[in-house]
Amino acid sequence: MAMAIRLSILLLFFLSSLIPTFSLFEDQVGFMDWHQRYIGKVKHAVFHTQKAGRKRVVVSTEENVIASLDLRRGEIFWRHVLGANDVIDKVDIALGKYVITLSSEGSILRAWNLPDGQMVWESFLSGSKSFKALLTVPSNLKVDLDSPIFVYSGASLHAISSIDGEYLWKKDFATEGTDVHQLILPGGSDILHVVGVSDSSQFDAYEIDFKSGGLLKHLSASFPGGMNGEILPISGDRFVVLDALRSALVLITIKNGHIHLEQTYVSDLIHGSSGNTVILPSKLSGIFSLRTDNCIVFVKVTNEGKLNVLEKVDKSVVVSDALPLSEGEQAFALVQHGDSKIELSVRLVHDMSSNHLKETVKMDHERGFVDKIFINNYVRTDRSHGFRALIVMEDHSLLLLQQGEIVWTRDDGLASVIDVTTSELPVEKVGVSVAKVEHSLFEWLKGHMLKLKGTLMLATPEETVAIQKIKLQNSEKSKMTRDHNGFRRLLILLTRAGKLYALHTGDGRVVWSTLLQSLCTTSQQQCACLKLHQWQIPHHHALDNNPSVLVIGRCGLSLTSLSALSTVDAYTGKELQSTSPAKHSTVQVISLPFRDSIEQQLHLLIDADKRAHLYPPTPEAVHIFQRESENVYWYSVESEAGILRGYGVKKTHSSNMPNDYCFETRNLWSVVFPSESEKIIATVTRKPNEVVHTQAKVIADEDVMYKYISKNMVFVATVSPKASGPIGSATPDESVLVVYLIDTVTGRILHRMTHLGSQGPVHAVLSENWVVYHYFNLRAHRYEMSVIEIYDQSRAENKDVLKLIVGKHNLTAPVSSYSRPEVTTKSQSYFFTHSVKAISVTSTAKGITSKHLLIGTIGDQVLALDKRFVDPRRSLNPTQAEKEEGLLPLTDALPVIPQSYVTHAFKVEGLRGIETVPAKLESTSLVFAYGVDLFYTRIAPSRTYDSLTEDFNYALLLLTIVALVVAIFVTWVLSERKDLQEKWR
Amino acid sequence: MEKGKGVMGSRKWAVDFTDNSSTASTRDIPDPPGFTRASLDQDDSSLSRQKKDAESNWKSQKAWEVAQAPFKNLLMMGFMMWMAGNTVHLFSIGITFSALWQPLSALQGVGKVFEPYKDNKVDLLAPKLLYIALNLGGMLLGVWKLNTLGLLPTHASDWVSSLPPAHEVEFSGGGVALN
Repeated sequence: MAMAIRLSILLLFFLSSLIPTFSLFEDQVGFMDWHQRYIGKVKHAVFHTQKAGRKRVVVSTEENVIASLDLRRGEIFWRHVLGANDVIDKVDIALGKYVITLSSEGSILRAWNLPDGQMVWESFLSGSKSFKALLTVPSNLKVDLDSPIFVYSGASLHAISSIDGEYLWKKDFATEGTDVHQLILPGGSDILHVVGVSDSSQFDAYEIDFKSGGLLKHLSASFPGGMNGEILPISGDRFVVLDALRSALVLITIKNGHIHLEQTYVSDLIHGSSGNTVILPSKLSGIFSLRTDNCIVFVKVTNEGKLNVLEKVDKSVVVSDALPLSEGEQAFALVQHGDSKIELSVRLVHDMSSNHLKETVKMDHERGFVDKIFINNYVRTDRSHGFRALIVMEDHSLLLLQQGEIVWTRDDGLASVIDVTTSELPVEKVGVSVAKVEHSLFEWLKGHMLKLKGTLMLATPEETVAIQKIKLQNSEKSKMTRDHNGFRRLLILLTRAGKLYALHTGDGRVVWSTLLQSLCTTSQQQCACLKLHQWQIPHHHALDNNPSVLVIGRCGLSLTSLSALSTVDAYTGKELQSTSPAKHSTVQVISLPFRDSIEQQLHLLIDADKRAHLYPPTPEAVHIFQRESENVYWYSVESEAGILRGYGVKKTHSSNMPNDYCFETRNLWSVVFPSESEKIIATVTRKPNEVVHTQAKVIADEDVMYKYISKNMVFVATVSPKASGPIGSATPDESVLVVYLIDTVTGRILHRMTHLGSQGPVHAVLSENWVVYHYFNLRAHRYEMSVIEIYDQSRAENKDVLKLIVGKHNLTAPVSSYSRPEVTTKSQSYFFTHSVKAISVTSTAKGITSKHLLIGTIGDQVLALDKRFVDPRRSLNPTQAEKEEGLLPLTDALPVIPQSYVTHAFKVEGLRGIETVPAKLESTSLVFAYGVDLFYTRIAPSRTYDSLTEDFNYALLLLTIVALVVAIFVTWVLSERKDLQEKWR
Repeated sequence: MEKGKGVMGSRKWAVDFTDNSSTASTRDIPDPPGFTRASLDQDDSSLSRQKKDAESNWKSQKAWEVAQAPFKNLLMMGFMMWMAGNTVHLFSIGITFSALWQPLSALQGVGKVFEPYKDNKVDLLAPKLLYIALNLGGMLLGVWKLNTLGLLPTHASDWVSSLPPAHEVEFSGGGVALN
């Protein structure tokens, strides 16, 4: 080993002289990385098209993104990602130049400059947080300098200046006990109408002075039947609400200072409707819409207060808000989903009988149903109104329709990736046409000549641009075939919408995408996708099959609801097989290390009753499993109860099992954490596919330590319950962080360590024989990172060289956790500047290359930290031998080297996870970071010692060789001639 | 070695002053006046023996010299090794390998080196043995240097570093329930 180390050091020495820097050059950006920006599923959209300038739409999304999009191309002008706990409630545009957002359950009001997205002001609204927040921005076009914004949140009404965010006045509704439902600003008056419900049965209407907040008038009327849902305004003095049983509509009319209530049964209006009626919140003047179990009904309120059913449409129709066109005219849009097309119709409110506009747009059925629609109008050259519609689809994608065509689409489902796996690409078919080879050879030569010019600084600026273009658009990297180095892969992403995407690692394009129909639409309940697993990886004898992935979902929201399973072809995205719903629930998925004859990975699905279901359900799988079942265990972490339980699988079938593929399990061990002092906050295991090259670690003086390498090890972090809140909620004396390393076969606690005065959140990564975790030290007021390395003491005496040479050792004999090997640990802690969102570690094909920790920082960047910095053997004054080994002197803090940001200039907004995949080239690891944005790159922790860099100039090499050969010949000829002359003399 | 070469290789011509063969062909020229061949012929045998002794003496002396030559080499090599230090880099590796290679090639050519001094009367065994011993010493020095550089697999670490992790009998999976 020492030899190897020294040789590799030697090699490194050479290589470091070859590659002068560790970080990227500016022109290398985009060479092997890509970055994609998304916004997430749009919740609300406000158009801004009045002015002649850039047409844009401001959207707020479920990923808490506020963004301004170009209406022409769908590009992002600017974007802000608010934190995960700063949910955007409302968004609007004020004064024609500010975007107003209300977030954090109505407690933060911000104004952003519309053209560039800079924050203009921010106001914190006091008062208790409430789930309902209302925002009303005066929409009169004449810019009134002191026109206030009205916000209802936390049981009080605030008026805030839209210029600078100053508080103008505040009116508290908590004393009256009124739950405000609507704020109405009639155009042209100085009176704000507030309507609400108190005691769930009394209707209250207030008139409040615009300027001072003084109460002008308060009217109330009681409705004995109670009220349910929101009060919807129909016109200035009419409101409609459902009664408590949702069986009757209450029409409220305010006339001459009196409130008049009138009740109409829904069943009278719509025959045969049951109780599940909802008033849709679309505000259409004089009309409201009801959704019942099987249809949507538009109801017109006549001047006399009569309700007339105008039209019934299908339940799947989506209705937009009303859009004021001109004086007293309003339009709204309906979208109906047909077979691979959607029908968009725009109607005018005063003329419901006919469609003002009807368009049919072809729609890829992989996008599912229409979820939301927002419309906007523009004036055509012939002064008629044209409409554009922004549509949010079931897969969270965003489309703009105009004149019967899809102008642009955005795949914003990719902002909510929940699981990632990869797949190899197909093997390249042999047989290439000569012409193609000639062409590519010519291109190759041309490219290299250009590069050569660039190297020799002879290139003109245009040529420099061409060189950069060639570098970036290397057709090699985006080919759809397997490459020798294993850089080209398919990244298979499962999104929250239940859509699978396959992205090519070369350029990040979507190769295929599929909405898992069986997981989304067949059942009535809400389905959620949970997990993505490799299902079939054709390897030896199943090469004809395509690889496939297994998607596990759940039909319903509770843990016990039935699961749905689906296998999808990784090359084409076709659903191969699906069981939806399966006959059991799934709370855990265990990928077993066994494969059947067609290379399908065996999986155990644990249901809520702790029974194990074997997949694929074939007799062959059962046979394989029964042979190995004695050694198959599983464990569950019950975070709420603070218990770790381990189970074994019973081999024999009992009579009450539903089928042959279901096995009973029995509880073997439990680790109970005392609930009054410890609460589980994090558990981490090793990646199941991690490859470890060696079990020995060579330390200074050629000594050797044996790593305790077990896949059955779990890292558990607990904190005292008081300290489980945010940082600062507990004093240092109250908060204790305890970390455990537990063997999951026997339940044995391998190591336990206490950090006094520390608390979570804990982010950890477990790899080989070490775990690195990140937490907050309350005493030092700093974040810390600790490392624990665990070594097997029972092998430590294997040090006799002669015995090792002749092979008399037990180092390769299979080990059992029940042999209880003696272990020792080493650990060390360091300060770390950043707070952390995710930690991961690089993985390589053979596990020889040294590792880098990949830290997702709070700034949404990915930082690569050499594992050597978190080596528990670091000491203040390392000996010569230790220095030679590469051990760094101990420092109290871990360095953050700006060049080692993997994401360089990019930010992966809303970073949630970092996935690493080994390439075939041992030196290289593929890194994929996802959040709202996606980022992919490949990194070589010990540099690319096994290959030439991609911009290696072969032409220069060839040229040098040719020049040398020519020189040899010339000098040979010259010397011959000279010799001849010598002889003649 | 160098000297041996000097003796053997660079001899292009020679005048044998002791040549006094009495064949007629070489005696075309009459003897100078006053020269009597008889007196010379008389002590011819004793002279040649004397001469042979001198030659064999000289040869054995030379052989000893040649045998001792690697000692200087050894000293120089030791000095170079000391200069090279104990870290692995190009210089130290080059010196170590040359220290290993030189004795090896010298040992291969033992016979050749001592060929010029081959004589029935000269006993070459002792110088040869010394020569071999010194070269072996040089080689040992090289090996020792190799070891100090850590390039010899003499430690347990050199034999276990490529051992894969032991196979685990049990398999366990699971974790927090999906939600």
